[in-house]
Amino acid sequence: MISIKKTKEKILELKNITKIFPGITAVDDVTFEVNAGEVHALVGENGAGKSTLMKVMAGIHIPEKGSISYKGEKIKLKNPLDAKKKGIILIHQELSLVPQMTVAENILLGSLPSKKGGRINWKELHNRAQEAIKKLGCQFKSTDLVEDLTIAHQQMVEIARAISYDAKVVIFDEPTASLTQEEVEVLYKNIELLKEQGIGIIYISHKLNEIFEVSDKITVLRDGKLVDTLDTDKTDEPEITKKMIGKNIEDFFASKKISKYGDEVIRVENITRKDEFENINFSIKEGEVLGLYGLLGAGRTEVAETIFGINQPDSGQIYFKGHEVNISSSKKAVHLGIGLVPESRKEQGLVLGMSTLENISLAKIPYVHNYGFIQNKEVKEIFDKYKDRLSISTTGPNQKVMNLSGGNQQKIVIGKWLCLNPDLVILDEPTRGIDVGSKAEIHNLIAELAETGMAVLVISSEIPEILGVSHRIITMHQGEQTGVFTDEEVTEDKLIQSITSHAEDICKV
Amino acid sequence: MSNGKTGKINKEKILGIIKNQGILIFFALLLFSVSLVSDRFLSARNIILVLRQVSITGVMACGITFLLISGNFDLSIGSLLSLTTVVVINLHDKIGPVPAIIITLGVGILIGIINGTLVGYIKLNSMIVTLGMLTVLQAVTLIYTGGTYSAISRPDEAWFRFFGRGYILRIPTPVIIFGGLVILFHIILNKTVYGKYLFALGGNRTASEYTGINESFITFITFIVTGLTTALAGIMMGSRLMAAQNYIGEGYEFTVLTAVVLGGTSLFGGSGSVIKTLIGVLILGFLTNAFIIMGFPYYVQWIVQWGIIIGAVWMDVASKRGKLWA
Repeated sequence: MISIKKTKEKILELKNITKIFPGITAVDDVTFEVNAGEVHALVGENGAGKSTLMKVMAGIHIPEKGSISYKGEKIKLKNPLDAKKKGIILIHQELSLVPQMTVAENILLGSLPSKKGGRINWKELHNRAQEAIKKLGCQFKSTDLVEDLTIAHQQMVEIARAISYDAKVVIFDEPTASLTQEEVEVLYKNIELLKEQGIGIIYISHKLNEIFEVSDKITVLRDGKLVDTLDTDKTDEPEITKKMIGKNIEDFFASKKISKYGDEVIRVENITRKDEFENINFSIKEGEVLGLYGLLGAGRTEVAETIFGINQPDSGQIYFKGHEVNISSSKKAVHLGIGLVPESRKEQGLVLGMSTLENISLAKIPYVHNYGFIQNKEVKEIFDKYKDRLSISTTGPNQKVMNLSGGNQQKIVIGKWLCLNPDLVILDEPTRGIDVGSKAEIHNLIAELAETGMAVLVISSEIPEILGVSHRIITMHQGEQTGVFTDEEVTEDKLIQSITSHAEDICKV
Repeated sequence: MSNGKTGKINKEKILGIIKNQGILIFFALLLFSVSLVSDRFLSARNIILVLRQVSITGVMACGITFLLISGNFDLSIGSLLSLTTVVVINLHDKIGPVPAIIITLGVGILIGIINGTLVGYIKLNSMIVTLGMLTVLQAVTLIYTGGTYSAISRPDEAWFRFFGRGYILRIPTPVIIFGGLVILFHIILNKTVYGKYLFALGGNRTASEYTGINESFITFITFIVTGLTTALAGIMMGSRLMAAQNYIGEGYEFTVLTAVVLGGTSLFGGSGSVIKTLIGVLILGFLTNAFIIMGFPYYVQWIVQWGIIIGAVWMDVASKRGKLWA
């Protein structure tokens, strides 16, 4: 660790910030501050309000209530440009670079040095860019194309860009999601460099071990509310975890119903897709909930999409109800009796411009038509039945789904499959971005589905969720299956170890 | 606060009305204002004349409405109209009208299969695929005729004239065909699984795939539908003229697209209506007619068409983002 000059100047201060979205208060009366040369970590489960708060700081969302001060002076951030001008830079999980351009062009894209007549001053461009990347100790050149760099290097380009903007506050949103362990070390070094320059850093991550390694302070959010702000050296992981989920992990086991398993519904043997996942093995029985735990980018979604026929495995076998099957399309998967509630509700799950009735019946209509004509009466019955069963709150069958809350939208996607009475339901991050009430309803629903004899695969990056709903858990890290756990033996520690790169020596299947 | 809110709602309401009923209002205003200038305009004779003129565009517009709703484009329909007209005229005397008609429809299906495979299964951009097809079909037409003009030798004796010049109960046959097709397509679009899938595909292609809809197949079929409606239009065109010149269909893709978009079918896919396409077609038809009645040169309509398509697309975009300006 390099010694840090501790200047305690407050750079950015958020007071009593409230941000409301239709149907959900995403951030509720939260106060948060960043000092110069300090790393302030922001933790919480999905939907806790981290990303909303971050977007408030970056000028993307405008809060309903509360004030923002910059170096002691009250300011209003009306758009992302306002924030940028103040030196508040957000480094996204998904990088925002132009892959076809060079490193130098990307770093200085917002302020390309020019000569008379608007011609680009290439010499100065590369000199300035080279200087910025030298500071960070990068191994690539300013003339390299961004698309040729590794993800970690691309991230460094973003950091270099932040520095060239004369950043005062840098917000990192899950920066290590797609980095290897070595690359993470490089990132830590860069963060130290930023600290030395007196830049305030906000660090958002799911991974508590990282938080404890880099941060000076930790703020915990839960359900949009501020739980606590602590000094990192005065707390530990269990305390933070408890504050994040609001109760002990053990409590989640108690609420789980034990169901009796029936015949095997699906068995996956050694399925592999190049560059996505390798040798994945599992089986799910009737009435069983299998949890698939791993971080974003671990290959979980790719496995789900392969089972659902969106992609085909390069090798390996899938057996469905005892027969080897070749699931060549999503249509075939549906026909076999598989339903997928995809990760991204709005992009993959729903046709937003269509009504609730149309969305909920979209998978069902090819099974209830009469010479191609939609049977309106039956479709309406489906709508009524699942509206009640899932307690979807909507003004009626013709309401467009884009006007529903996240929780109700998710119930529509689930309902779309339930009306087909499938044998296997895959839920990929089923409660991402939805309110606590609907979250609990969806968790209960998963238990109910298992009780009726369905096989359920739940994919999640939230430990409490995965522990709460599953009878058995498998873990994935960087495309590899790293562990299998049953209810009795699983602990949070084991799960976390299993999805980090130390996994190999701890539990190999 | 409450004032601002009602203001907002009113604005949304107005935008909604403009989006949903604006076209009807515009149509009524057009008919009314031109009828003030000319008493010939709304005479039964003139109306029948206009209806007959628009029916070829209208038949093509039915197919294009489906394609646009599904989120695709077809720029090759003008060239396909030329080709099918030439084919039906050329074969009429050689192999007889019935085989000629069947082969012409086959040509439409074949082009639909090619476009549909490239866009639906190979996943190429429909704009590029059909832009290429536009020039390919021009070339094919010229190769087929050798650049010469084709005509049916005894137009007054051939029953083939029925499709373009005939009458059923004093209504021109092309108008009957167009009307029938509008009703048929309206029912397919709103009552069948296929129709629902078109909206789903245009609304969200990815979600459609994640719902188990075979989107490649639906796209494929829809290109065939467009090919067929265009071939049908080619038969009507041939029957009306009893002769065919190699560039007869040139520019039709633009007129048809204007009519469909004017009818409120979104260029981005996911929404649209065959009935409104009908109104879009009628507006263009009556507008052209009005210009001629009022003595303007026919090419002035092209400038007005530009204004209309800009207005229609603007309304589409404005209703999507909820405000007129960006």
